[in-house]
Amino acid sequence: MSLENLLKLSIGDLFLKFPYTKDFFIDHLVPYKGHENYTINQLFNNMDEEVIEDNAINTELFISSLVEYIELMNSYFASEQVVENTVTIYPGTYKDGTDENFTKIEISKGEIISIVGPTGSGKSRLLADIEWAANEDTPTKRKVLINGRVLEPHERFSASNKLVAQLSQNMNFVMDLSVREFLDLHATSRMVENKEEMIIKIYDKANELAGEGFSEDTPITELSGGQSRALMIADTAILSKSPIILIDEIENAGIDRQKALELLISEDKIVLMSTHDPILALMGDKRIVINNGGIESVIETSEEERSILSKLENLDKTLMDMRNRLRLGKRLKFEEEL
Amino acid sequence: MDLITVSGPPSSGKTSVLIKTIENFLKRDISVGVVKFDCLFTDDDIYFKKLGIPVKKGLSGSLCPDHYFVSNIEEVVEWGLKENVDVLITESAGLCNRCSPYIQDIKAVCVIDNLSGINTPKKIGPMLKSADIVVITKGDIVSQAEREVFTMKVQSVNPKAIIMHVNGLSGQGAFELSTFIHDETKHVDTLEGMKLRYPMPAALCSYCLGETRIGKSHQLGNIRKIDLSDIK
Repeated sequence: MSLENLLKLSIGDLFLKFPYTKDFFIDHLVPYKGHENYTINQLFNNMDEEVIEDNAINTELFISSLVEYIELMNSYFASEQVVENTVTIYPGTYKDGTDENFTKIEISKGEIISIVGPTGSGKSRLLADIEWAANEDTPTKRKVLINGRVLEPHERFSASNKLVAQLSQNMNFVMDLSVREFLDLHATSRMVENKEEMIIKIYDKANELAGEGFSEDTPITELSGGQSRALMIADTAILSKSPIILIDEIENAGIDRQKALELLISEDKIVLMSTHDPILALMGDKRIVINNGGIESVIETSEEERSILSKLENLDKTLMDMRNRLRLGKRLKFEEEL
Repeated sequence: MDLITVSGPPSSGKTSVLIKTIENFLKRDISVGVVKFDCLFTDDDIYFKKLGIPVKKGLSGSLCPDHYFVSNIEEVVEWGLKENVDVLITESAGLCNRCSPYIQDIKAVCVIDNLSGINTPKKIGPMLKSADIVVITKGDIVSQAEREVFTMKVQSVNPKAIIMHVNGLSGQGAFELSTFIHDETKHVDTLEGMKLRYPMPAALCSYCLGETRIGKSHQLGNIRKIDLSDIK
């Protein structure tokens, strides 16, 4: 939409053509009610100076921002179809400047990759390199290709097309909303067409993942740790646009982690997990080992390791059962097969 | 010398973000000076000094800090030139959500945080709406969905800005920010003749001048009354 064409439209027609522009007027405190037949210039020309001053409206900035907003929203809808299939990482350097010892790492959608290494080894930097689609311009000098190509600057820094969504232990809900209102708000801001369907899907999935179910009317700030995590994961899997999900340790309590990972994979996400939990790490296809700021090696999960997984899961289950028995006020018994 | 003006609501994380960003500048051998503006008190200058860089602070006291900022910015620029820094950063808090210390053609950065509530972007006036770069902080403690919704709200009030997420504690995103906010080709020698991006609010009444007594007979100057009538 060119500026010229925009200025020809009446405000009512503008709202019909681009429904989201109505919120733009509201957010910029521009009163339009009763003047829908005006063009934007007529609206401002007939507006009281005092209103303009009181609402801190900058008419020129408002109009040029509106043009930009419409463009942004259009590109937002257009890019909906683009799917990121692969991420390719080319080596950079360690903290001390020596070269990393690998040719390239390719990650495809539906894959789960664990990232392991001591605290401060450079896990966050690797994730940031991926998030920013580094082009030899970050401290590690790594190069990250998305779908086999270097991203254009506007793609790298676009706020609405962020590559990476993050989930971590420390994250909490802070809004004063019920589960339903919260999902509605997120779906609205994403401007999805089948909103109702999405909300129900997320709610059902979250309840599947959570140990204890919760109702739609529960305030999100009152959810238990497990319930919050379940809702965050289901919501991120289904509603977040970011193709890559980064998980920073998810705790065991009150959430089915295997199902959670399956859900993310089924939504075609690439899952990167920073974890030292053997069960989670073995659920991954491979793990990237980081040390001294560099990628030391990439280990594929072997058959042998996978066979340990079921044993670990049994151990984990035993611990969980014990925990539940404690909670219910029962005595603990030592079982031989443990 | 490049000049960068940073502002944002109190406690949004401006200083933490700046410290992490400056560390990245220093690693690349870019020298930095900081002038911190505040109202009654600040010890942020101590944190900046720990980086070993030249720091000054200005307390506006009984004046509006943003008005105080504009009336001192020229001298601040002269100080930066004297210190011979590559980048001069000013930091000020927008206390009334209406002011904005941004200057035309000078890089303007607004810092706001995810915890401030989704209606906050709408409440903050020109300080957010006319910024070139918006830095969103505290993303590490809220959910992905809340981050996304908040980002959309910011984008809808300022679609022109580059929006970045920076973690003031871990420094995640600070390197990227440091590559954005500094333009090596930009040289500011004086602000003479430059203009503010948006006029500061008009307010001049008896209370600005120290009046403490309540009552109509003590109200002089620019006075406006709240509408408490029942008619809608």
